[in-house]
Amino acid sequence: MNGGADLGGMMGFGPVEDSAEDAPNYKADWEARVMGMVVALGACGAWNLDQSRFSRESLAPADYLSWPYYRIWLEGVSKLLLARGMVTEEELARGKMEIPPAPVKGCLTARDVPATLARGGPVDRPAFQDAAFAEGQRVQARNIHPESHTRLPRYARGKSGVITRLHGCHVFPDTNALGQGESPAWLYQVRFSARELWGPEASEADSVTLDLWEPYLEAAL
Amino acid sequence: MPHDDHGHDHSEMSDIEARVRALESLLTQKGYIDPAAVDAIVETYETEIGPRNGAHVVAKTWTEPDYRAWLEDDATAAIHSLGYTSRQGEHMQAVFNSPDTHHLVVCTLCSCYPWSVLGLPPTWYKSPPFRSRAVIDPRGVLADFGLTLPPETRIEVHDSTAEMRYLVVPERPEGTEGWSAEALSELVTRNSMIGTGLARAPEAAA
Repeated sequence: MNGGADLGGMMGFGPVEDSAEDAPNYKADWEARVMGMVVALGACGAWNLDQSRFSRESLAPADYLSWPYYRIWLEGVSKLLLARGMVTEEELARGKMEIPPAPVKGCLTARDVPATLARGGPVDRPAFQDAAFAEGQRVQARNIHPESHTRLPRYARGKSGVITRLHGCHVFPDTNALGQGESPAWLYQVRFSARELWGPEASEADSVTLDLWEPYLEAAL
Repeated sequence: MPHDDHGHDHSEMSDIEARVRALESLLTQKGYIDPAAVDAIVETYETEIGPRNGAHVVAKTWTEPDYRAWLEDDATAAIHSLGYTSRQGEHMQAVFNSPDTHHLVVCTLCSCYPWSVLGLPPTWYKSPPFRSRAVIDPRGVLADFGLTLPPETRIEVHDSTAEMRYLVVPERPEGTEGWSAEALSELVTRNSMIGTGLARAPEAAA
C-alpha cells in the first residue's frame, strides 16, 4: 500500500541523528519489552511475517511518521491481537484478562528461545518452474498500487533495471499478507541506476539494488 | 513483574510504559507469552548476538581467500557454518567494498537488518532520516556519518525489500599485513558492516 512506511526518496526529515558507532538499539526500556513480546508471540502462530508488516504499514501515515519505531510495533501487534479475537480493547486498557484466551498453536518458553531464534523462519521454497528472467537481463518494475501489502516501493515502480542475481524462490509477501497462501515466486536482485530512479541530477556513479519478486517485473523493451 | 522498576515511580511512568506493562501482563495471563522467554530474547540480543559475529565473518574473509570465495558464492552457508544462524539471517548476501565501489545497506520499508551477524539495528537505522535519504542521497547520508567518498567512487545502495539480509565486507585497512584474524576483527565496526563507515585504521585501534 502507499502508506507511511514507504519512505524511500522522501525529504524533510533532517540529518541522521545519533549515528555514533555505539548508538543504542533502543530509546527506552519499554522498547526492548515490545521487541521481545513481538518475537515471542510468533510462537502463537496467529499471523505470518507479512501480516505483521502490513499491520504496521497500514497505521495512519501521520502516526507512523511521528511515533518512535517500537511504538509502531506496539500498535501493529495490538491491532493483530484485536483482529484475531485474542484480546479485547477493555483488556488492553486494563491489563487484565476478562474473557478466556483464544486457542493458539503454542507459547514460547524461555528454554525454547535459543533453538527458536536459531531456527528463524526461512522463506525459500523449492522452485516449481524456471525463472522468467536471467542475470544481465533488463527488466521494468510494474506500475502497481495495491491497497494491500507489497514490497515494491513507490520509488522503483515503472523504473527499469538490470537483474544482478537470482536468489531462488521465496514466499510472495503480497499473497501471504492476505492469507491467500505463500505463492512462492522467483526473487531477483535488480540494480537501478540512480539516474533512472532520480533523474539527471543524480550521480552517474551511484545505483540502488532492490530484491524483487517475479510478479513485480516485466521484460524491458 | 519479572523485570524491575529501575526506580520509576508509577506516577512518573509514561503512558506508553504503562501500556506496554499492561500488555505484557495481559498476554501472560492469557498464556500467549512467558515473560521469562521475553527476558531471554532481549538478553540474547544484548549479550550474545551482536556485531562481533559480523566482525568475525569479515576478519575471516580478509585472511582466508577460500572463505571469501564461499561468502561471495553462498553467504548463507558460509555464515551459518560459523554458527550464526539466528532469525533475520536465514538468507544472507555479502557485498564487498573495493577501491572503486562502496556498498550501503538500508531498509526503506521497515527495519530489515542482518540480526544474526549484527544484532538488532541501531535507532538511526530504523529512523525516517536514514530510511528516506539512503536511496536518493547516499552521499549526504554518509556525510552525516562523517564519511566523504570521492565523486568517482561508485556507491551501490541495497534496499532490503525481501528476506535477503546484506552484510557489507569493508576493505581491509592498510598496514595490517600479517595481522591475525582475531586482531583484525577489532578493526571491524558495526557501521562499516552497514556501509555507513569504514573499518578502523590500525593506529586508531592501538
